[in-house]
Amino acid sequence: MTGQETNDRKGDVLVVENLVVETGGRRPAPILNGVSLRVAPGETVCLVGESGSGKSVTSLATMGLLPKGALAVSSGRILVEGEDVVSASPSRLRQLRATRMSMIFQEPMTALNPVLTIERQLEEVLSAHSQMSGAERRSRIRDILSLVRLPDVERMCRSYPHQLSGGQRQRVMIAMALVLEPKLLIADEPTTALDVTTQKEILKLVADIQKRLGTSVLFITHDMGVVADIADRVYVMRHGNIVEDGPIGDILKDPKRDYTRNLLTAVPALHPREARARISNEVVLSTTELGMTYGASSLFRKRAGTVAAKDVNLTLTRGRTLGVVGESGSGKSTVARCVMRLIDPTEGSIRLRNQEIAGLSRRALRPARKRIQMIFQDPNRSLNPRLTVGDSITEGPINYGASPDAARTRAKELLELVGLPADAIDRHPHQFSGGQRQRIAIARALAMEPDVLVADEAVSALDVSVQAQVLDLLDDIQARLGVALLFITHDLRVAAQICDDVVVMQHGRIVEYGPTAEVLGHPREAYTRELIEAAPGRHWDFPNFRPLPTPSGGPVDGATL
Amino acid sequence: MLAYIIRRILASIPVMIVVALFVFLLLRLTPGDPAAIIAGDMATPAQLEQIRQNLGLNEPLVTQFITWSGQLLSGDFGRSLISKTPVLTLIHQRLEPTLSLAIVTMLFTLLLSIPMGVVAAWRHGTLTDSAIMAISVLGFSIPVFVTGYILIQIFAIDMRVFPIQGFRSIFDGFWPFFERIVLPALTLATIYIALIARMTRAAMLDVLGEDYIRTARAKGLSERIVLFRHALRNAAVPILTVVGTGFALMISGVVVTESVFNLPGLGRLTVDAILARDYPVIQALILLTSGIYVVINLLIDISYAFMDPRIRY
Repeated sequence: MTGQETNDRKGDVLVVENLVVETGGRRPAPILNGVSLRVAPGETVCLVGESGSGKSVTSLATMGLLPKGALAVSSGRILVEGEDVVSASPSRLRQLRATRMSMIFQEPMTALNPVLTIERQLEEVLSAHSQMSGAERRSRIRDILSLVRLPDVERMCRSYPHQLSGGQRQRVMIAMALVLEPKLLIADEPTTALDVTTQKEILKLVADIQKRLGTSVLFITHDMGVVADIADRVYVMRHGNIVEDGPIGDILKDPKRDYTRNLLTAVPALHPREARARISNEVVLSTTELGMTYGASSLFRKRAGTVAAKDVNLTLTRGRTLGVVGESGSGKSTVARCVMRLIDPTEGSIRLRNQEIAGLSRRALRPARKRIQMIFQDPNRSLNPRLTVGDSITEGPINYGASPDAARTRAKELLELVGLPADAIDRHPHQFSGGQRQRIAIARALAMEPDVLVADEAVSALDVSVQAQVLDLLDDIQARLGVALLFITHDLRVAAQICDDVVVMQHGRIVEYGPTAEVLGHPREAYTRELIEAAPGRHWDFPNFRPLPTPSGGPVDGATL
Repeated sequence: MLAYIIRRILASIPVMIVVALFVFLLLRLTPGDPAAIIAGDMATPAQLEQIRQNLGLNEPLVTQFITWSGQLLSGDFGRSLISKTPVLTLIHQRLEPTLSLAIVTMLFTLLLSIPMGVVAAWRHGTLTDSAIMAISVLGFSIPVFVTGYILIQIFAIDMRVFPIQGFRSIFDGFWPFFERIVLPALTLATIYIALIARMTRAAMLDVLGEDYIRTARAKGLSERIVLFRHALRNAAVPILTVVGTGFALMISGVVVTESVFNLPGLGRLTVDAILARDYPVIQALILLTSGIYVVINLLIDISYAFMDPRIRY
């Protein structure tokens, strides 16, 4: 691991030297300014950095997969087992892929071809790169699918990607990447789109296979928790440069650069904060036995509907934050959409400041809409790109009868409140960064002067440093305006930092509900414990650059996974 | 799958009933007495009454509709007012040239337009792409009769490779059939080639940006496999839709081409029937065209399910 870090460059599986990548077109702009890194045999190297730092570009350049015309290597070398891929011919490059270097991607949902069976997609790797007979190929496919621990291999072979879960698809991707046992595996955020429990399984699988086949892994991620769990060595990237590198222990304990320190201190602690003092006992939102069942029997077939939520009882008082946590499919977004009446719940009641809204017609609901507003996950898509920021913010109040002038004045105040200059009002969303756009989305929601804000994964698409700023902003706004916050998230670290109370959901039902310090600090239910244990890097206290003392003792390795 | 097909077939029955009702009302509700139109200007009242009796026009509309539908179902589409031959015989005579023209045109179209679209998308933004798109704009903008006469001038008159006009059945031998159908089919195909090449390019451009195309390249597959196995199959659904609708449109829209090349097809029959106000023939032609549309849409829907495993019943 870190000990064999002598400069034995000859044996390195991957050596990148002074790699410069520029955009195409008339005026090339540099994306990577001389990146150098290396990966030794059997080593796991993490490449970390925030969005736009150039970590994915580095990996795509290594595979020779930079989008044609848009990006191109202008100087530098990339040696895979000593062979330069930058100067390799297209056909040589094709031969190297899957045989010496392979890649797995972030989105298992879209990385597999939806119209070909799993077997076909694996089989074509073998027929493109080997002389195996049909029978050999078939048995090799079954071997590799069992190696990645997929159940019922025969059925998997016949399946199409949409019939598999996200975790299963990522296993198929891994099988596809490793079927010819390449020396180098590049994993580009392979677990970012997965639930924590699935993430843990996939990370363990990669580690096991790595041990068995001796594969080197270049692992790209923005998640310091994952880095702490798997890396031997780390490269930190920013604006197309490597700003720091070293063995994992050094980076976590003693980061030399401010940027690395900031990255680490921005990681929200898993340790829950104490609930704040109640400012009021006024209940602004409550649900009673709320339930949502999709797709009851239709004319042509009888079936039991899919229960997306059942018996959900929540209470939110003024000025408090209630977190709803759970994995994908747990029903947390269904609850958010029911509460917003974006979908109509099939049972139960929703009370918004003592008014029952579960059964209201669209028209009767209109006055209530104003009092509950939503902030969505992806600020790049939740703001209309053709409207100015001012138009987006004032549209709602004007609909509810505010005069355009008054609404505009208020919009300027709100922009200042969320930390943006007042002149942002006449600009368009694309002129802002992701974090700024989420601030605009918050200002838009606040313009309606709601009693309740529903934030559905509102910080999940943001980099950690930006995430920390937006969480601070939400805290600040809550203190000033007394708005209640229903905070939907899959990230326990975020929930621990912002929520007073927390609800843990699984399979559409509430598993555990109580003050955050209680639920996350002393979980009573097995499922809650499972979630907490799956959180990556939970044995490391990132802001303080030291390991956390654990009741079980000692930092984790494969044994506890 | 079978259940899905059966359900789709059942679902097209109401469509055909509505079409039949429309066609029926078309004749009954046109201004003026159908009997008077049929009898002509010189008829006596007694002759008119006789015709009404024959056509059942004195019965209530509902009874008339039921009788008429019953006749249709038993294959009786009535007789042409002009030539007095059964409508079905007329259509039967004309169907072969039209179908031949449509099928050969579609073959030309598919053979040329899909590779054109795929290559244009693959070479997106290059000279090749621009050239293919320029050809496609040209194909759209030149009227069919201009293309037709230009092709006749070049290939039939100057080079004498193909006959100027006419039709031979394929059952009389392939070459006599083919040499006469080539020019009309090419003429008609220009617009469809332009349309489908564009559709293919757009659909392929969408698909080529997908993650699984990057995955396919990361697996070290050849560009041919990436384009045709991975990309084209995913782009197939929108392309198929246009091909299907285009084919249906073609059968009803071959009038001009058939006139230019003097083909005795359905297009000419339609024009003649409309000019002569031959109502039974018009009725039957509308029914036939709608039927073709319904059947082709059905085939498209079923082919979706074969192309994309995510589309399920």
